[in-house]
Amino acid sequence: MNPMKPKTFGSNQEMQDAEKNFLYRRHQRARLAQSVFQLTTLLAVIFLATLLVTVVNKSMGYVVVENKVNPATLSDRPLSELNNTELAQILRENLRKNRVRTLERTGFLEDQSQSTLVQLVEAEIIQPEVVESYNLFPSLINRSKIKADAAVSYPNAKVEFRYWLNGVFLINSMASQPELAGVRSALLGSLQLILITILTAFPIGVGAAIYLEEYASHKSRINRLIQTNIDNLAGVPSIVYGILGLALFVRALQPFTSGALFGVDGQNGRTILSAGLTMALLILPILIINAQEAIRSVPDSLRQASYGLGATRWQTIWHHVLPGAMPGILTGTILAISRAIGETAPLIVVGASTFITSDPTGPFSSFTALPIQIYNWTTRPQPAFQHIAAAAILVLLIALLSLNAVAILLRNRFAKRV
Amino acid sequence: MENTARITEKRTATAWKKPVSYNLQKKTRPTEAIIQAFLLFCGVVSILTTLGIVLELGKEAWLFFGDPEISVISFLTGTEWQPKIGKFGVLPLLNSTLITSVIAIVVALPLGIATAMFLSEYASPKMRSILKPILEVLAGVPTVVYGYFALTFMTPLLRGIFGSQNVDVYNMASAGLVMGIMILPLISSMSEDALSAVPRSLREAAYGLGATRLETALQVVLPAALSGIIAAFIIGVSRAVGETMIVAIAAGSGPNFTFNPFNAAETMTGYIARISGGDLSYNTPDYNSIFAIGLLLFLITFGLNILSRAISRRFREVYE
Repeated sequence: MNPMKPKTFGSNQEMQDAEKNFLYRRHQRARLAQSVFQLTTLLAVIFLATLLVTVVNKSMGYVVVENKVNPATLSDRPLSELNNTELAQILRENLRKNRVRTLERTGFLEDQSQSTLVQLVEAEIIQPEVVESYNLFPSLINRSKIKADAAVSYPNAKVEFRYWLNGVFLINSMASQPELAGVRSALLGSLQLILITILTAFPIGVGAAIYLEEYASHKSRINRLIQTNIDNLAGVPSIVYGILGLALFVRALQPFTSGALFGVDGQNGRTILSAGLTMALLILPILIINAQEAIRSVPDSLRQASYGLGATRWQTIWHHVLPGAMPGILTGTILAISRAIGETAPLIVVGASTFITSDPTGPFSSFTALPIQIYNWTTRPQPAFQHIAAAAILVLLIALLSLNAVAILLRNRFAKRV
Repeated sequence: MENTARITEKRTATAWKKPVSYNLQKKTRPTEAIIQAFLLFCGVVSILTTLGIVLELGKEAWLFFGDPEISVISFLTGTEWQPKIGKFGVLPLLNSTLITSVIAIVVALPLGIATAMFLSEYASPKMRSILKPILEVLAGVPTVVYGYFALTFMTPLLRGIFGSQNVDVYNMASAGLVMGIMILPLISSMSEDALSAVPRSLREAAYGLGATRLETALQVVLPAALSGIIAAFIIGVSRAVGETMIVAIAAGSGPNFTFNPFNAAETMTGYIARISGGDLSYNTPDYNSIFAIGLLLFLITFGLNILSRAISRRFREVYE
């Protein structure tokens, strides 16, 4: 145990040498350990970098696109320069009658906007297909080889550099072809879901935190039970919340969550409302714990001054405690929300659809969400879906990072004032 | 106002006969009471959530075990999970959950503790201010992104190293390793909290006796913070057991009773995600089985959380 156990030495000189040696070894060991610790910490940074690089690497690169029909054979001018009648005519000439009738179910082709018609021509007739796709790094390193290979294997195809995360990707909804699929309905679904989550979780979470910090005596058994329970709930896996949401919101409260109670024609309880409420239950413990900390950090002198002036408990809380704790509460809420945005497992269980091409119409509509879309695309075998999954991940990460930046700004502002 | 009134009353002789009465009783304020009741309700919501989880899971699991073909014992000890032919043995699922969790912990625990050690004992304040946000970002990355990372980076890497004939496209090792990266920030931040809670005086005493930084860290600070680190370890296990997306994406679908981490095998959470992701009709054995597995999962993680809390409370060294 004791490294400095005295030894017997022949002479004074020998003893000094041994001691020096011993000290030297101890210091060497300490230095070695320090660099080991440093390296492991660096590993965490490397992991994060690798993760980001993997995603970025997949999100852009060369693609070999082959058109089913060469656009030059449809018209001698570029499609974007044609007017509505010409585009409609192209559609009528090249599509079967049944298909045209299906397309015209909502109105004549000629009456639709030019950009929709161009999209239709592309999707229905030209049908561009990515036959080969490359990641960013191979694209940068083997540029000429990729072009040569493509020219040999696909003589009619065009090689282009594609950013999978582009404007069309944000505007388009889910489609069965990866080139045309986008995140629009998923983004809108995520937004509405989060809105419901905030509206439910914020008041209840802050209310619970106020109760626990300002009203509850820490000795009473029920309050201790509530506190322990909240701490434990924060560690329950998210998929268990999903199962709870499935049993409670989707099934037991179906008349409410499907909108039947409000006269909305909902088919089942697998709606944005159910998912939002499930998510609210999921982030509630985190929100409460963060809000409690914020409320606890308001100095007691403020409360005592307020009571001293004759304010009631609620007046003290409303006018003095809450304003002081608000930045902290908001920061905590934002962090909880960023957890909810990326959470996937409960949404799968609650029943998010993976193939929805229309925008969600309100709390009672079926929906898809960004992480669900990522999960769906990741699990598909075609490589092009991996690329759009990477693009969707970038959208998600950018949203999360900007939320976190807001949280940090709030925190700094709060820190300055105190 | 009232004081001056009293003084003027005192001056007149009649005031002594007819004293003004002051109501010093506590005033009842209905709004205050309503607000307090609402706040209490907010607090109770969390208890209702727990009750909801236990009751709903319990109820459906009861239905599941109510089936005469399925008994709790055969559920817990059966080595085959094939709902089609009525075999519901949870061991294959539990086994792969354990294997992925063990791999994750083997990665995350040493790295996490070493990182915590560096941050709390070695790093300068400036370095900490750079490293901590990086760890926070790592902790904030959604798990579905980790799943993507496992499938598109870790799996090809493992197949490249060990040969693609030895490693399945979906395998437990890849999921476990990435899960380790995912829980690394959790373990490091909890351990760091425990390490920094050890008072400075202990370190200074050790330095004063001539100990090196390493000796101080390993022989003085680490033992003092051990309860917190064990708690971090248990929370890490609980997080790994309950993690869904990484295993659902990278560990494969289809239960498989195997101890080879390079094989595909579905975990408990992966099974729940797959079954509930498909078209699910109520009151079928499939539907009820996810509740039975969910209940088992809940009991395991809840037990681990309580254990972790108990350890950190029971064995905490209190200074000053």
